[in-house]
Amino acid sequence: MSKFNVLEHEIVPEHHLVPLDEEMSVLKKLNVTRDNLPKISINDPAIKALEEIHGKLEPGRIIKIIRKSPTAGYYEYYRVIVKSVI
Amino acid sequence: MNFNNVSKRIEKIKFALLSPDEIRKMSQVRVITPDTYDDDGYPIERGLMDLHMGVIEPGLKCATCGGKVDECPGHFGHIELAMPVVHIGFIKEIKTMLDSSCKACGRVKLTDEEVNTYRKTINNMSFESDDPEIIDLSLKKIIEIAVQRTICPHCSAESPKVILDKPTTFREGGIKITPKEIRERLERIPDNDLLFFGLNVSSARPGWMILTALPVPPIDVRPSITLETGERSEDDLTHKLVDIIRISQRLRESRDNGSPQLIIEDLWDLLQYHTTTYFDNQTAGIPPARHRSGRALKTLVQRLKGKEGRFRANLSGKRVNFSSRSVISPEPFLSMNEVGIPEIAARELTVPVLVNSFNVDKMREWIKRGSTPRTPAGKYLAGINYLIRPDGRRIKITDQNAEINSDRVDIGWTVERQMTEGDIVLFNRQPSLHRMSMMAHTVRVLPGLTFRFNLSDCTPYNADFDGDEMNLHVIQSEESRAEARIIMKVQEQILSPRFGGPIIGAIHDHITSLFLLTHNNPLYTEGETLHIISYIDVNKLPEPEIKDNKKYYHGRDIFSLILPEGLNAKFKSHLCSGSRGKCEYEDTIEDSYVVINNGKLIHGTIDDESVGPFSGVIVDKIFRKFGPEAASKFVDNVTRLAVGFLSYRGFSTGIKDYDIPRDAISRIEEISNETLEKINKLVDAFRSGQLQQLPGRSIEDTLEVEILSETGSVRDESGKIASSYLGLNDPSVIMARSGARAKMLNIAEVAGMVGQQSVRGGRLNRGYANRTLSHFKENDLSAYARGFIKSSYRSGLNPTEYFFHSIGGREGLVDIAVRTSRSGYMQRRLINAFEDLKVDDERRVQDTVGSMVQFKYGEDGIDPTRSDEGETVDVDYVAYDEFGD
Ligand SMILES: [Mg+2]
Ligand SMILES: [Zn+2]
Ligand SMILES: [Zn+2]
Repeated sequence: MSKFNVLEHEIVPEHHLVPLDEEMSVLKKLNVTRDNLPKISINDPAIKALEEIHGKLEPGRIIKIIRKSPTAGYYEYYRVIVKSVI
Repeated sequence: MNFNNVSKRIEKIKFALLSPDEIRKMSQVRVITPDTYDDDGYPIERGLMDLHMGVIEPGLKCATCGGKVDECPGHFGHIELAMPVVHIGFIKEIKTMLDSSCKACGRVKLTDEEVNTYRKTINNMSFESDDPEIIDLSLKKIIEIAVQRTICPHCSAESPKVILDKPTTFREGGIKITPKEIRERLERIPDNDLLFFGLNVSSARPGWMILTALPVPPIDVRPSITLETGERSEDDLTHKLVDIIRISQRLRESRDNGSPQLIIEDLWDLLQYHTTTYFDNQTAGIPPARHRSGRALKTLVQRLKGKEGRFRANLSGKRVNFSSRSVISPEPFLSMNEVGIPEIAARELTVPVLVNSFNVDKMREWIKRGSTPRTPAGKYLAGINYLIRPDGRRIKITDQNAEINSDRVDIGWTVERQMTEGDIVLFNRQPSLHRMSMMAHTVRVLPGLTFRFNLSDCTPYNADFDGDEMNLHVIQSEESRAEARIIMKVQEQILSPRFGGPIIGAIHDHITSLFLLTHNNPLYTEGETLHIISYIDVNKLPEPEIKDNKKYYHGRDIFSLILPEGLNAKFKSHLCSGSRGKCEYEDTIEDSYVVINNGKLIHGTIDDESVGPFSGVIVDKIFRKFGPEAASKFVDNVTRLAVGFLSYRGFSTGIKDYDIPRDAISRIEEISNETLEKINKLVDAFRSGQLQQLPGRSIEDTLEVEILSETGSVRDESGKIASSYLGLNDPSVIMARSGARAKMLNIAEVAGMVGQQSVRGGRLNRGYANRTLSHFKENDLSAYARGFIKSSYRSGLNPTEYFFHSIGGREGLVDIAVRTSRSGYMQRRLINAFEDLKVDDERRVQDTVGSMVQFKYGEDGIDPTRSDEGETVDVDYVAYDEFGD
């Protein structure tokens, strides 16, 4: 059985890893500190799928999510990887 | 600044078990007597009201701290239980511990290897900061291994399965394990193994889950009350504690004088019952403890749980002052921004006025008037109820002391003034499901005892006048009054954030009235016109049409009087909504559209689509172009014009609205007979196996689907026949076509036929064995036997039809009952999750800690209230407004 990549599924939005050198500009653009970003668990299947591409991801990395929005067409969302979601 | 009440932030809360030693240590008295007071009403020593546990009676002093009633916070006592009992709150924990530990050696049934690996995993988790749910889950997984194992890996002893006989009895191989034995077993589990249960040995030993000593709460927690008769009535908790002490005493005596085991066991069980119900009197599996009156006792869990519990009733919910509640009734001559309040409420509710150099003379004058002033003509005037001195003391104003206090009052005092016209108040109807459930109104003091408001406000509040009550709150600060006026006033709420259209508009007969006024543009004499116009706030007449030297006025021109100049619109009315090309209900093709040009109604009929709530194109356009003030003025005028016109013209409805010719009735009879025949054929085909099966359906389903489509179409068909005889001169049809009330379907049910009744989308089939009623043969699948109603409401239903109709109706009622409770709970959870989210200047949505929820509100940053039914701008309308067609 070939491994299933969740990111290829129709209803899973695009997940992208924000490169380290772009993180500061993203935070600046959003005018928000890293710990106030919405969170995503390191155990999230989407993160696991991203790790297939980028190698092991550490908590603290920023993920950019592009999803379809009924109001705005497409919408960029950002999440920070955390060890566990509280 | 008061430094005695410096607020502090709670950093963390630690939960632990109370050990019997701690219970004894914090106890000020060991309670041994189940009695409360002696014959003189003095607390019995070592009884449940012992003075060491606090005082509730003035004059007495606490035996522990020496404080008087208001000074002593109350102190705990304790009861030594004769025999240990299980704590009902820890049943689940006790069960898993018994299940997973060895009966013989006490170790958790994990191999040394497992112990080592799992200890590592647990040590890697942080009980302080990790998600408790995840910790719980991983612990459960480990324990499950031990539970499944029957042979102890350490001593090879076999542990039989422990069965919990709810609520509190544990059995092993059918034999009861006494709480004493349970405690011994739990205590035998070595400290090192307790980690696997998530227990911290320093603050919670498993043996403490079995009670040997019971804390007695301070008297302040369970005060006794003295009834008017002088009789003392004790708190439910005290009652329960009396039971516990009494049984504990008897148990001790029986045990000590060597009574038969059977009696001891019975008493022990009884002690267990009383302690269990002391904690939770709704424990499943045992009858709740009751008063002599039959009322179930409210014990510890009942004090906290549910809507009436400490959390929801006392901590999340608070009662407020400066509010009142009354029955509501309609008053079309009030503006939608006003609320009529009865004098009795106006005199009770007050607004604080700080006396300053500008108003001091006026306030002195007001105080002199006393607390119930009136004009010489007897009209209400606001009086003064209280004065508040700068030191905070209150003085009640009476007619006797008004004169003196008027002289004493000075700058810096506060005057509590009664309501007066123009005050701003908050008005609310529960359930408060959206923000328009609480709006700001200005006050009108009216005779009578009900709250009154304009009928256009019924929709946002979802109110009617069949006995509904509403709440009114008087705002107490200058700042909140300003906020209420600017953002909460009714006129500011005309557009709903739910769908970006007006939620306020004309309803019911107001729509009927404007429909009649504008449909086919009737003519009215000058006298009639003046009468109608006298209701509204205009000072001009429309252009007259001269006929035989007399002036006549058109309905549409009269309506145009209340439209603001500069308003343009073109849209389809409710009446013509279904039509393409020329509307069948209008005389000319131009009237197929409502056309408003520079504030004049040129073509079309005003109905629900123009002024009704949820659609209200005109209200919508006025609000967007001319603002809330103009929109509210328009709606006010609509109400008054509608009332003025309809009360002049007259309008009534009755059973004769549904009279259709004999021909039509027999025609309906004919088609319903045809349908019955068709259904019989379908059933025959089904029985003989000739029915063509529909894809994806069983043959039984196919039959049902076919029959339902037949019954559906015969209902529609009969509706068409009936309504073809009912035109726009029929009051019921006017109401349906204008969108004022009811649908054509309802008319078809009254005049034509009621049609198939259903439960959960299918024909009726339950009841007696293989039949709905004993009036039919078993397995009768024909129309009549399965809930088809060929009668109309007008002709009346026969008994079986009536019964089937009740079944269908019941489903609707049950549905509503179930839906409201479920959606209510969902709403509660949503509100609690969202209540302190905030949109900042950059349109970001954050919670109170600053955690980001949305980077742009609604993802597009658009306020749905200001959107055009969800769209950012209606380009077509902007173009039409600017350039015309
Ligand atoms: Mg009602
Ligand atoms: Zn005290
Ligand atoms: Zn063992």
